Amino acid sequence: MTNSIDDLEKAGCILVIGSNTTEGHPIIGLRIKQAVMQNECKLIVAEPRHIRLCYYADQWLQQRPGSDVALLNGMMNVILAEGLADEEFIRERTEGFEEFKKVVEEYAPERASEICGVEADEIRRAARTFAGAERAAIVYAMGITQHTTGVDNVLSLANLAMLTGNLGMEGTGVNPLRGQNNVQGACDMGGLPNVFTGYQAVADAKTRDKFETAWGVDYLSGNPGLTLMEMMDGAHAGDIKVLYIMGENPVISDPDVEHLKEALERVDFLVVQDIFLTETARYADVVLPAVSFAEKEGTFTNTDRRVQRVRKAVEPPGEARDDLWIIAQVSSRLGYDMGDTPAPRIMEEIASLTPSYGGISYARLEEEGELRWPCPSADHPGTPILHVGKITRGKGLFSPVEYRPPAELPDEEYPLVMTTGRLLAHYHTGTMTRRVKALDELVPRNQVWVNPGDAEKLGVGNGQEVALQSRRGSIRLEAKVTDKVGEGVVFVPFHFGESPANALTNPALDPVAKIPEFKVAAVRILTGESMAGINYSTSVT
Amino acid sequence: MSTGGKNKLVLGYGTCGIAAGATAVKDALENELATGKYDAYLDIAGCMGFCFREPIVEVTDPDGRSVIYGDLSPKRVSRLLEAVAGGEVIEDWVVRRSDEPGAGEGDFLANQHRIVLRNCGNINPESIEEYISTGGYEAARKALTSMTPEELIDEVGKSGIRGRGGAGFPTGTKWGFARKAKGEQKYLVCNADEGDPGAFMDRSVLEGDPHAVIEGMIVAGYAIGATQAYIYCRAEYPLALKRLDIAIAACHEWGYLGQGIFGTDWDFDIKIKKGAGAFVCGEETALIASIEGKRGMPRPRPPFPANEGLWGKPTNINNVETLAAIPWIIANGGDRYASVGTEKSKGTKVFCLAGKVRRSGLAEVPMGYTLRQVIFDVGGGVREGKEFKAVQMGGPSGGCLPASLLDTLVDYDAITATGAIMGSGGMIVADSSTCMVDLARYFLSFTQEESCGKCVPCRIGTKRMLEILARICSGEGEPEDLERLDILAGDIKAGSLCALGGTAPNPVLTTLKYFRNEYEDHILRKKCTAGVCPALITLHIQEDICTGCGACAKICPVEAISGEKKEPHAIDADTCIRCKLCLSRCPEEAIYAE
Amino acid sequence: MEQVHLNIDGKDILTTSDRTILEAARENGIRIPSLCNEQRMEPYGACRICLVEVEGARGLLPACYTTVTDGMVVHTATEELIRIRRTILELILSDHPKDCMTCESTGSCELQDLAYEYGVKDARFRGEEHHYEVLADNPLIERDYDKCILCGRCIRICREVQGVGVYDFVNRGFDSVPGIPYDKPMMESPCEFCGQCVSTCPTGAITSIPSKGKGRSWQVEKVRTTCAYCGCGCQLDLHVREGEIVEVSSPLMVGPGQGNLCVKGRYGYSFVQHEDRLTTPLVRKGGDLVPAAWEEALGMVANHIREAMDDEGPDSVAFLSSARCTNEENYLLMKLARAVVGTNNVDHCARL
Repeated sequence: MTNSIDDLEKAGCILVIGSNTTEGHPIIGLRIKQAVMQNECKLIVAEPRHIRLCYYADQWLQQRPGSDVALLNGMMNVILAEGLADEEFIRERTEGFEEFKKVVEEYAPERASEICGVEADEIRRAARTFAGAERAAIVYAMGITQHTTGVDNVLSLANLAMLTGNLGMEGTGVNPLRGQNNVQGACDMGGLPNVFTGYQAVADAKTRDKFETAWGVDYLSGNPGLTLMEMMDGAHAGDIKVLYIMGENPVISDPDVEHLKEALERVDFLVVQDIFLTETARYADVVLPAVSFAEKEGTFTNTDRRVQRVRKAVEPPGEARDDLWIIAQVSSRLGYDMGDTPAPRIMEEIASLTPSYGGISYARLEEEGELRWPCPSADHPGTPILHVGKITRGKGLFSPVEYRPPAELPDEEYPLVMTTGRLLAHYHTGTMTRRVKALDELVPRNQVWVNPGDAEKLGVGNGQEVALQSRRGSIRLEAKVTDKVGEGVVFVPFHFGESPANALTNPALDPVAKIPEFKVAAVRILTGESMAGINYSTSVT
Repeated sequence: MSTGGKNKLVLGYGTCGIAAGATAVKDALENELATGKYDAYLDIAGCMGFCFREPIVEVTDPDGRSVIYGDLSPKRVSRLLEAVAGGEVIEDWVVRRSDEPGAGEGDFLANQHRIVLRNCGNINPESIEEYISTGGYEAARKALTSMTPEELIDEVGKSGIRGRGGAGFPTGTKWGFARKAKGEQKYLVCNADEGDPGAFMDRSVLEGDPHAVIEGMIVAGYAIGATQAYIYCRAEYPLALKRLDIAIAACHEWGYLGQGIFGTDWDFDIKIKKGAGAFVCGEETALIASIEGKRGMPRPRPPFPANEGLWGKPTNINNVETLAAIPWIIANGGDRYASVGTEKSKGTKVFCLAGKVRRSGLAEVPMGYTLRQVIFDVGGGVREGKEFKAVQMGGPSGGCLPASLLDTLVDYDAITATGAIMGSGGMIVADSSTCMVDLARYFLSFTQEESCGKCVPCRIGTKRMLEILARICSGEGEPEDLERLDILAGDIKAGSLCALGGTAPNPVLTTLKYFRNEYEDHILRKKCTAGVCPALITLHIQEDICTGCGACAKICPVEAISGEKKEPHAIDADTCIRCKLCLSRCPEEAIYAE
Repeated sequence: MEQVHLNIDGKDILTTSDRTILEAARENGIRIPSLCNEQRMEPYGACRICLVEVEGARGLLPACYTTVTDGMVVHTATEELIRIRRTILELILSDHPKDCMTCESTGSCELQDLAYEYGVKDARFRGEEHHYEVLADNPLIERDYDKCILCGRCIRICREVQGVGVYDFVNRGFDSVPGIPYDKPMMESPCEFCGQCVSTCPTGAITSIPSKGKGRSWQVEKVRTTCAYCGCGCQLDLHVREGEIVEVSSPLMVGPGQGNLCVKGRYGYSFVQHEDRLTTPLVRKGGDLVPAAWEEALGMVANHIREAMDDEGPDSVAFLSSARCTNEENYLLMKLARAVVGTNNVDHCARL
């Protein structure tokens, strides 16, 4: 997030797009609701489904899945045409405006409406509300990024923020909500193929020098490594011999599960380090029992870049061991002695190598509770808002973005668009929440949400067992007939191993960010006898 | 008053008249008049004040002489019309006659000073033209076209009028707060959520002269800067609501409500919000919550509604009676209003006389009258010549005052000093057949039932007080109960959130103060001297009076009475359930309670 | 915001005009008791426990609701105030069960603490008591309205903070009680099971079913940590009793959540000590995963990595680190990949 969770309440308008915030990020959802209820903030929700936030919204733009660029370009067209842009901001703090303008001028609301399905006047109204607010914030999540046009979508949001001068102040900003507790931290820590900690590029020789010296090694590779999807393809092709997975469950979370399972079967040696025998761990050659968050010391970095402590509350079961210990053990067996690895000492090492974490230490966290990076030195208070006064890269760059349709569109054979997401009561692959009895009782089984109009055409009743099929796989689950999804769209949560939504999703990637298009896949619903004789995906073995 | 050369018949057609049978009388009159035999026409009016003689018809002849007849019935209609046609006066039915002020109940009106009730009973409340013909809407026109809001507030301040809803806060000061409050949107609310048992001033004004209230609201809205107003009126007042609807619609037609009223650029409109009958919604903050669609529960003040009221905006709330007086004050000047009354209580006050008073009805008297004047000179004293025992002032929030305080002045501060309150104007008279413990129990049961439940002292405290009173009335009282009542009453008064709880103990406190002996009789001697509390009385038949007619034995539901024909009967105390049916049935008044 | 000078119980206090008397007092170490007030919500003024005397004011004022003004002189513990507080507590107790022995909230009950502090026994004002059915119509939240003191905190947190409004008061006066419209079970209401009502209930009227009977407040150790679910980063206090996590709460006005939690944060903890947890390394033998010693498992891992490095080069090894693990763990795994194995093949599911 460019801004902090706390300052959302200062916004006069919040555009929530591609985020079911109250279920995916309940407490941020709560802060948005409070902004609406207590501060008369106007909320615009752009989302194919009727989500809970719609109840609080000034406007719900029920867009077609995968049409974000068209919708946003349409809004920006109105803002330009009606003179609502922040010209001073554009002049002083951005570049590339003219090329951007040329593209946006092609997206009159009527044209945008044809693509995204939101009425032209609604697009106009949203544009006026957003541009008319003194401070307007954009909040988005995977509904924006998990597309083959994910990067385009994000660039469009950045365009909108710059066009209206909504950066660098409280109550503004482009605010991606990071899905998992420490996805921000995992990125910050260089858990990415192209960067060390703090996004220091591996391709940069000076950076490599620094790390080589600090780590006492002669040589660090400057070639970016493989992304997760590429690793799986590599494993599938036999290029990857050993795959070491720590705390991830791709069999549920990744697209095109059948392909992935084959990759895991084919890889020579699979190590899984986890707290449960996950769907993924079942494919492993060695499973290393690790500890849960309640059994270790450490830090998480949340979505607004807040580094906070994780503390040990209980002893781990049996012989389960601290992940740090496990990694150090593997390392020493490979001839590299990592020395003692208590978490505070590791943080010292991180701080010494990572400018943005330079001032973060356990002593300070103990004292101050939280620190937001960039926090370059021990006397730096941390940074709640990015891009204050000046955009980090110098000048904000407008990007001309043309609408591109999703990789897979519905057709006669697969006439419905499936989009996936989360439920409030469950989390990600369900490894944790499905083992919490009460939570599993709240939502015990998977359901596909079907519009009543589609249900009638298909002869599907509420609660009926149906099959959902894409070009990549099939699952069996219950139908939930609800007008919370539009006609032609179905929604499936992805928490459920027994009917994994990701058996159906499309592995087509965004060309830049390599994010798979979870949010749009063409599917069909089968009922009755036609359900027989199909090989259904299920991860419960 | 011109009757157009005909006899004009005006039927009292407020809720009091209708309840007494005015609709049947109206039908009968219309049928008779439709025959064309009589040179007369019929109109309606609101309550004329003589509720004790309803149904009522006022007959005005072409010369302007008027006679008010009471106790009418459909059967008496033709007799009445014949008399009217013949220029005859039916003496027995006369309530009042203009040419002979002493006749009938003439002194009921003669002893009043009518400002708020100036039109009630005199005009057809469903006709804006009749209101205008009395000078109506001239005050509003004057206010909007020739006075500044500040001048208006000054004028109202000069009048000295204090809020007639009960609290008695100076109206001019209150308007000044709302005027000074910061905010573009302000609201005016007319509090017509009259709820005291035995109080019907507001209802009578709304039914009898709705335009006076609306005109007062126009002036008030302009003075404080509110363009939107609400009338919060309980749904149990269907006739008042209907007449308000008619009046508001007429105002729109005449350009007195809506955009640019009275040819100025001032916009002002009124919406009616029906209350669901919760007593607590008469409290300003609960009333606001109710209009906002929330559960009607009060909140602490400050902040006062003048700063944070309806929808969080500055809001001024005035009672019906206050607003109805405003046009008169603007038309006649604040000084003239202030010339009536005492030093700190100016103008007049409308009272509802009820209970054991002879003339139960609506009376407006100048401040500074004594209670004795109100009850005896206006109200005609106690019914059936019985002895005056107490008067309950201010409804369930008020107190019971004994005969020794009858010379207390009608004055906010003088009445408050006794432990009662002026309140909204309920005056319930008690005689020797009223048990003061039972009366306190009754009023407390009302407030206890009407408690919203929000704050602890009111929710549980009044419940516990009521339980103690019930115990005392049923003969199970303990000497410590009086101390418990004192403690609870004091802490409830000091600790409650709103005035409902803050005043709920008053009936108990005043009866404890002025009629402590009755409590002690109940607790120590297990006697109810008024013969009211069933558990503490026994019924006896006086042998020397009983004729043995057997009427009592026949009506007794539990067969507790026996006796030979024409011989004195007797009541078996163990079987008797003290329902007192026999007592009311006995033609010889031979049965008494002890 | 203006600066305001006032005096509370003889102490001169400088604060700002947005403060209530209660806030100003607490910020200056003067404790005014209260029951219906909680920081997360707007003041309500219902319990009347926090009444104070303000010189020159008409009547007593609720400290929670009254904002400070310059020159205000406040008394918080006069004889009258203490008497009224005692009466109020006695009245509450006169319609409250006396089962503190087995009540879930004993030790963390605000009513119990006040009754103790003011030495109040229920004696003087006995009368009718309510006896409601205990409602446990869902897996998480139990409601026992016999213990409800009608502070309205559950209603207000649900409406004002959560924006849902599952509850409101039903009935009137003495019979007022929080309820769900049409007495529907919670599972059929819009309830999100965040447990915010549980977190704010001052007595044992609303309690968490999974924590029932598992520990008193003085028997648990609270360990502050960060929630392991979504990216909000809410601060948690894990309540640990004899090695078991028995409940989760969130410290008020701290961290991104400011004391608020969702259903997962508050109730999603029992997986930690679930019987399915891995307790020993497993290695694949003859097609099956079988328990093994750490030495053996770690040796196998190191050997296979070494072999792949030697045979096919470091880039034949790939690592998936984790958005679920700590910064330190991610750093160390990244270091293992880059410094020890020599590959940049390290990624995690940021995109998923």
